[in-house]
Amino acid sequence: MAKTSQSNMSSWLKQPGVLAALPASLFLLIGFAGPLLLVVAYSFMPSKTFTLLQAPTIENYSSIISDSYYISFFWSLAMALTTVVLLFIICYPIAYGMAKLFNKWANLVTALIAVPILISENIRLFGWVLILLKNGVFDGSMQSLFGLSISGLLFTVPAITLGLVYVYLPFMLFPLVIGISMVPETLKEAASDLGATRWQIFREIELPLSMPGLMIGGILTFVLVLGSLAEAKILGGQAIVMIADDIESAFTFAQNWPKGSALSVLLIALSGIIVFLLFRRVDLDRVIGRR
Amino acid sequence: MVELSEPFLELNGITKRFGNFVAVDDVNLEITEGEFFTLVGPSGSGKTTMIRMLVGMDAPSDGEMRLQGRVMNDLPANKRPTCMVFQSLALFPHKSVGENIEFSMKITGKDKVKRRARVDQLMEQLRLPLSYYEKSVTQCSGGERQRIALARALAFDPQILFFDEPLSALDFRLRKALEKELKDIHRETGKTFVYITHSLEEAMVMSDRIAIMREGRIVQIGTPHEIYNNPKNKFVAQFMGEVNTLSVEKAGENTLRVTGFDDIFTVTDDLSDFTTGFLIIRPEVMKIGRSAADMKNKIKGIAFNDYALGSRVQYQIRIEHFDEPWLVERLQDEPYEGQRGDTVDIGWRPEDSILVSN
Repeated sequence: MAKTSQSNMSSWLKQPGVLAALPASLFLLIGFAGPLLLVVAYSFMPSKTFTLLQAPTIENYSSIISDSYYISFFWSLAMALTTVVLLFIICYPIAYGMAKLFNKWANLVTALIAVPILISENIRLFGWVLILLKNGVFDGSMQSLFGLSISGLLFTVPAITLGLVYVYLPFMLFPLVIGISMVPETLKEAASDLGATRWQIFREIELPLSMPGLMIGGILTFVLVLGSLAEAKILGGQAIVMIADDIESAFTFAQNWPKGSALSVLLIALSGIIVFLLFRRVDLDRVIGRR
Repeated sequence: MVELSEPFLELNGITKRFGNFVAVDDVNLEITEGEFFTLVGPSGSGKTTMIRMLVGMDAPSDGEMRLQGRVMNDLPANKRPTCMVFQSLALFPHKSVGENIEFSMKITGKDKVKRRARVDQLMEQLRLPLSYYEKSVTQCSGGERQRIALARALAFDPQILFFDEPLSALDFRLRKALEKELKDIHRETGKTFVYITHSLEEAMVMSDRIAIMREGRIVQIGTPHEIYNNPKNKFVAQFMGEVNTLSVEKAGENTLRVTGFDDIFTVTDDLSDFTTGFLIIRPEVMKIGRSAADMKNKIKGIAFNDYALGSRVQYQIRIEHFDEPWLVERLQDEPYEGQRGDTVDIGWRPEDSILVSN
């Protein structure tokens, strides 16, 4: 018995690809799955302990539910949703231009949008602080040019939204460009030939057929905003607390790893469910026409 | 009021330039209502540019298009009462068969019940199972997809239906079947069909009239019969398929000499205005071996090759002083009696050749 399982094992190892995939799989196991499992394990430990050797408990979860954490969850979800909608409205025309109209200029636009990613996100956000600050670039310019004082821009929800839209724009834009360039021109010509107006072509042909790009961009930015921390802290000050902020405080300031872990698990589960439901609702294969 | 004498679709001096390149050059055409009209030409002849202008996807650089007397030049595709079946068919992959067919009716806001009734009627007419309404178009076969595209265009109820080589990607048998089906649908609906193809054979099967295009110009317009029997020039004659072509000059009152050689052949054409041109002899009018013995026009060669063409056999005859082999075709069940490599007589009757200009 032991012998056969051993030979099974060695023949499994000899399959093409298995050995080649082994290093990457091990790396993912240690670097990705391991920490996640640790977080899950910690979330069931008693409050404020730093070991995994205690008896498991659900006290962290029950205290989260009875506490006011739902407000942070609400803000994170609301900001994520708002950002995705704004990004879609802003990015669709740009993506359309890049996919269909700009031709050789599309590369330049791509570079202009991609280059800022090379600079640290926090530094870029501090740049916005200088612009929005009282007596900052914007306020100061308005004062000297028109004598108007427009202060109170910083540390507000719109300022956070601006930061989120600004930081995550490429993650919506580039999948959309690919999505839109996948729509064949002849289908639009055919729709027009059958009497469709510009708007009807958009609604009936372009939008559904560019849905894969839109879905990927939407999910990417939605999940990124759910886990975002810096925008709310740097541009928002005390305006709102998003869930990632709560998680950070639990791990650092409060020194309560189990509480932080439980919040993380809930956030992961929440984003997982939303992504799962979205993929169930929009059948990408059918959209692309593979089925 | 539209006068009855007026042509249904009229093109006056239609020209399309792309930079310095003239894709369509001064085309004049009149198409009558209910006609099956086909534009034939090799690739690059301007026929696709032609149809794009007719449908409204491109604007002509010059000239005028009139539909029932109304100038259509600046009318965009979605405002024209015409519709096209695309070469790629351009079916909407994210929509079902039914949704594809009813697209134009949904656009105009026709109510669901009426839409469904019309779709069912069209599906029946085009022999598509009614259960296909819900089926994804990507799961349909090539022939079914053709019918869906045609049904979608018919649902629009166009005054003219355009076709941009929709059958070119299909295998031979299916193409032949659909050509006839299309001809039947033309008869049943009584609509004006304007078809584009590179295959004159396909055009012959379906069309009432054919226009042959070359390098942006129309070379000849006529019924299939006229074009087959009286090709206007060497281009049209050769476009119809494999033919024997001889460069000839006038030798006598009813005789021609092959340019540069001593061979003299007799024709029945009137040669009073003729100096030089081409003599076209179709392989199927050629006689070979014993049956060529009493022909007025005769020449000797070596039968060096034969090919089975299904119902016919084609022989290739090498004639000493000509570069091109001579083609002779016989019916499969009455083959030439000799052996490969034999020297043999071939010949034809003077009335069976066609004399054309350059």
